[in-house]
Amino acid sequence: MTNDTDLKPRWTWLTPFNMIAGVIVIAGIIVTLIRFTQGLASVTRLSDYNPWGIWIGFDLMVGVALAAGGYVTSSAVYLFGMKKYHSAVRPAILTGFLGYFFVVIALHYDLGRPWRLPYPFIVGWGTTSLLFEVGLCVALYLTVLFLEFSPAALEWLGYKRTRELAHRLTIVLTVFGVVLSTLHQSSLGALFLAAPSKLHPLWYSPYLPTYFFVSSVIAGLSMVIFEGALSHKAFHDKMSKTYLEEHDPLTLGFGRAAALVLAGYFTIKVVGLAADNNWHYLTTSYGLWYLFEIIGFVLLPCFLFAVGARDKNLKLIRRTSALAVAGIVLNRLNVSLIAFNWHLPRAERYIPSFMEVIITVFMVTLIVICFRFIVTRMPIFYEHPDYTEHNH
Amino acid sequence: MGISRRRFLTWIGAAGMGLAASEKSHAGSLKHFEGYKDSMGVLHDMTRCVGCRLCEEACNKVNDLPKPVKDFKDLSVLESSRRTAPSAYTVVNRYEIPEQTKPVFRKIQCNHCLEPACASACFVRAFRKSQTGAVVYNPNVCVGCRYCMVACPFEIPTYDYDEPLTPEVRKCTLCSPRIEKGLLPGCVEACPKEALTFGKRKDLIKIARERIAKHPERYIEHIYGESEMGGTSWLYLSGAPFTSLGMREDLGNTPAPSLTSGALSVVPMVVGLWPVFLAGMYGMTQRREKIAEEEKEAAVALAVEEANDLAEEKLAKALSKADAEKRKALEKAEGEKEKAVKEALEAAAKPSDDSGEAVKGGDE
Repeated sequence: MTNDTDLKPRWTWLTPFNMIAGVIVIAGIIVTLIRFTQGLASVTRLSDYNPWGIWIGFDLMVGVALAAGGYVTSSAVYLFGMKKYHSAVRPAILTGFLGYFFVVIALHYDLGRPWRLPYPFIVGWGTTSLLFEVGLCVALYLTVLFLEFSPAALEWLGYKRTRELAHRLTIVLTVFGVVLSTLHQSSLGALFLAAPSKLHPLWYSPYLPTYFFVSSVIAGLSMVIFEGALSHKAFHDKMSKTYLEEHDPLTLGFGRAAALVLAGYFTIKVVGLAADNNWHYLTTSYGLWYLFEIIGFVLLPCFLFAVGARDKNLKLIRRTSALAVAGIVLNRLNVSLIAFNWHLPRAERYIPSFMEVIITVFMVTLIVICFRFIVTRMPIFYEHPDYTEHNH
Repeated sequence: MGISRRRFLTWIGAAGMGLAASEKSHAGSLKHFEGYKDSMGVLHDMTRCVGCRLCEEACNKVNDLPKPVKDFKDLSVLESSRRTAPSAYTVVNRYEIPEQTKPVFRKIQCNHCLEPACASACFVRAFRKSQTGAVVYNPNVCVGCRYCMVACPFEIPTYDYDEPLTPEVRKCTLCSPRIEKGLLPGCVEACPKEALTFGKRKDLIKIARERIAKHPERYIEHIYGESEMGGTSWLYLSGAPFTSLGMREDLGNTPAPSLTSGALSVVPMVVGLWPVFLAGMYGMTQRREKIAEEEKEAAVALAVEEANDLAEEKLAKALSKADAEKRKALEKAEGEKEKAVKEALEAAAKPSDDSGEAVKGGDE
């Protein structure tokens, strides 16, 4: 699969991608050194009022949501019988694995004493905490994603027997993946159930766990379309005929599914609004912001996905997937940062520091670099010629 | 598929049990925890507080906290609103009340909830509500996730953001070590105006009620902390509305653990039922595929059979036709042969006369 056109960027180092990535990585390493030698205060604008910043609000909350493509795609293909999308499983699993891996890496920056991360499972089982559930599920799910991804790596390395073993676990792993994802995706929302006095009523709801879970399905579907569109441009030469043939039907099918789930999500959002009788907040400035999110990033993508699916307009579906992904980002930031601590005076509100942003961009860049490294080497967009059974 | 269905279900079942057993849920419980019997607390009567900051100074001393830039005697710090900090477990703020001539002073510190939000939020159980009433923090297990700070409705816990290696959550301990030695909390001991009263919480509630009853003109008829967030060990009396003193009256009386117990109770249900549903979906998908496969095979077999029959029939027809033609041809050939033989014989009979003549003629 490697050919001359692919070798070019690897030997000619000064490509735009490498230059930009290089600058970000260097900046990231510098901030990393400051963070771990001088403490959180030296790089973040966290405070006693605002204990969580973008490393939690974006890197963790958004990161986990956007990594949902793994369980969404693998369950669609292996459990719900959509085998025609089989070639999309590996890219989705890889994106999910890298997403979760870097969520855990980013968490190390945010924790006061990151080396104690295993303590909840060793020292004190804080089972009354939703964070315990999140931690346990993320730890287990990262393992599941690693095992789900391992056949690709083992094929690349040529370990046939181990690969067979990992391959046999597919169905069990997929079921585990869905169970664990359901739990921690919803629990990330449930974390905020503990703070009804701090989160704006338009975003606080007893349905928060359900909202987070359902929107993670939207995130998963949209990310698979979005990531697929980007990969198409960057790694077209790596893609097998099967992958390319299955790609357009996949975009169409996932776009149609996303329209449906978004419609359901919109419905339960309205139900939540009605259940808490929060209508009167809609006319406040937070209300306008809420309407901006719900109309612009839930209702609009729902409509556009539906139109795209009806007209078989792949371009529209691809563009809408970007809108839906942006909607998930906005929702997670709203819950964890923007509508959180809304009662505080402006001076006490959190605005991320430049160095916090650098670490966040650093993490995203590392994901892209790893993704690129792996898809240019391992059988992700194509099947390894030795293992072309084309089923689970 | 390499594993049998039974083995697969056993694995899922075992995993479900393991996860379900690890989660404790109180959703079904109707019990309301009213605090440990005879636990201690402090009553803060804000009508008596003069804002001298002696409590702040005492707190600083007994907890070995770093000395502040401005001395505790400097009352100019009251000009601005302050909150608890890693170096100040308690602070006094001044509030100007519109219709009152005198300002009101309010002391802020950990309220030591009966069912603490921090403790229910902590995933390493670093917080513990002790029998004395104090909510005690254990820095030796703390990971530093700061979810306790997110969860605390009173915005009390603070964090050592400056500390690179050993940051801790910092907050009032109710002077738990001093109480165990039979001493008063530092702030209570230092208060010159008896604005702070230390005692059993149930006695403090009685005292507070008596004061309200005796001087209804002086007090708002509410003991803040008696039921807020399920009740706190610190209780407050005030002459001004609590909201005007920055104390939230919209927190409700639900203890913090109840806010999340519903979500936690769903966990075992998901673990128990999702695999059943998903295994069912998988089973149905497999079955549908199997049936489709069988139907396809049957259809192919039928088609092949029909084709074979047709072919045989055609062959038979062709054969019989060929046979008939052959027979006809043979008969025809036979007839022609006979005719030819006959003609030949006839021809053979005739030329014997001619040749006799010829021979004869040749002889002459």
